[in-house]
Amino acid sequence: MAEEPESSLQLPPSIAAEGEGPTEVSPETATPEPPSSAAVSPGTEEPAGDTKKKIDILLKAVGDTPIMKTKKWAVERTRTIQGLIDFIKKFLKLVASEQLFIYVNQSFAPSPDQEVGTLYECFGSDGKLVLHYCKSQAWG
Amino acid sequence: MTDDKDVLRDVWFGRIPTCFTLYQDEITEREAEPYYLLLPRVSYLTLVTDKVKKHFQKVMRQEDISEIWFEYEGTPLKWHYPIGLLFDLLASSSALPWNITVHFKSFPEKDLLHCPSKDVIEAHFMSCVKEADALKHKSQVINEMQKKDHKQLWMGLQNDRFDQFWAINRKLMEYPAEENGFRYIPFRIYQTTTERPFIQKLFRPVATDGQLHTLGDLLKEVCPSAVAPEGSGRAGPAATAHGPSRSAARGIFPDRGTNPRPLHRQVDSQPLHHQGSPILTLISLFQSSG
Repeated sequence: MAEEPESSLQLPPSIAAEGEGPTEVSPETATPEPPSSAAVSPGTEEPAGDTKKKIDILLKAVGDTPIMKTKKWAVERTRTIQGLIDFIKKFLKLVASEQLFIYVNQSFAPSPDQEVGTLYECFGSDGKLVLHYCKSQAWG
Repeated sequence: MTDDKDVLRDVWFGRIPTCFTLYQDEITEREAEPYYLLLPRVSYLTLVTDKVKKHFQKVMRQEDISEIWFEYEGTPLKWHYPIGLLFDLLASSSALPWNITVHFKSFPEKDLLHCPSKDVIEAHFMSCVKEADALKHKSQVINEMQKKDHKQLWMGLQNDRFDQFWAINRKLMEYPAEENGFRYIPFRIYQTTTERPFIQKLFRPVATDGQLHTLGDLLKEVCPSAVAPEGSGRAGPAATAHGPSRSAARGIFPDRGTNPRPLHRQVDSQPLHHQGSPILTLISLFQSSG
């Protein structure tokens, strides 16, 4: 499993203290630049929208899956659903073999290689993307 | 929709002649003969290759077999992309049959999702259908369906039953007569020129002035780099549109008058030979598309 600091979420300053640990969470002082240029599309493809490099996501637990004290996160647009799953699993200290499902609109589970930025553009509302996570398949 | 039945049928039954060869470093007890198969464009690799798997496993020892995966010219093939999409994206300019290499070792964790069972493919497929319906009808149509309808969609795809599939899919393609189309058109644009998975945005079938949007409008808005400037004299990049539900139209450029809705229903024609131009593949999100 990838351990690079750049693959972890960045915590807003107010809740940075609750983070998993220094290896998990980049300090707020980190530059807002994307981790790698390859992961970001050329400006010509996304004239608008990409100016704000990060998006807000709201993570909500379903059923008996443990909740996260911090629900709102700022995430790079190019982060994938798999990256998010890995992060939540670490945050909740789940065993690597445990499954975690992420849902959009309490309806469908985007494939792990889908980027949150794309989901935000299509399914975000009020400036954030609401995602539900669950240890079992919640919505068929 | 009924007028399109022949077209839908042709798209559904689109096939790619394929030759599967075992990777040279796989250990076998006997020589592994290549295996030939006509792959349905609208399906998924791991859904239609049981025979391929059996064929090669026959000449291998049990201990040398782990999860099967496929590769074309060094690129691992993502099973969760429709077969037709993979072919158009990676191999459409090569001669047929499509030569796919079969592996049982060294699963490329970084590039591929695991596919431990057909249930995983079904979940992925249904998720795509649901995502598309969220865009088309705010999920109303898919939510009003019964579990058995969902199952019928999937079984239709799995068993290659056009009528079974379309009996249900028809409902997902409808919209109120007073509206000019879906709420948003579900689409994804895949490109060979980028590492990113795909472009997907909200796009309405009708412009604010009431004009129906064309495919050219869509590309201009969401992927301007793929559209040659007007009058540049340069041939536009090749685009391929897919969707069993909606079609596979090829060689869309430079005609920008195509309306995205009928486009979905255009029939697959002969592949263009993309020469050095960025290949852009547009697929209907609708579901497995090819």
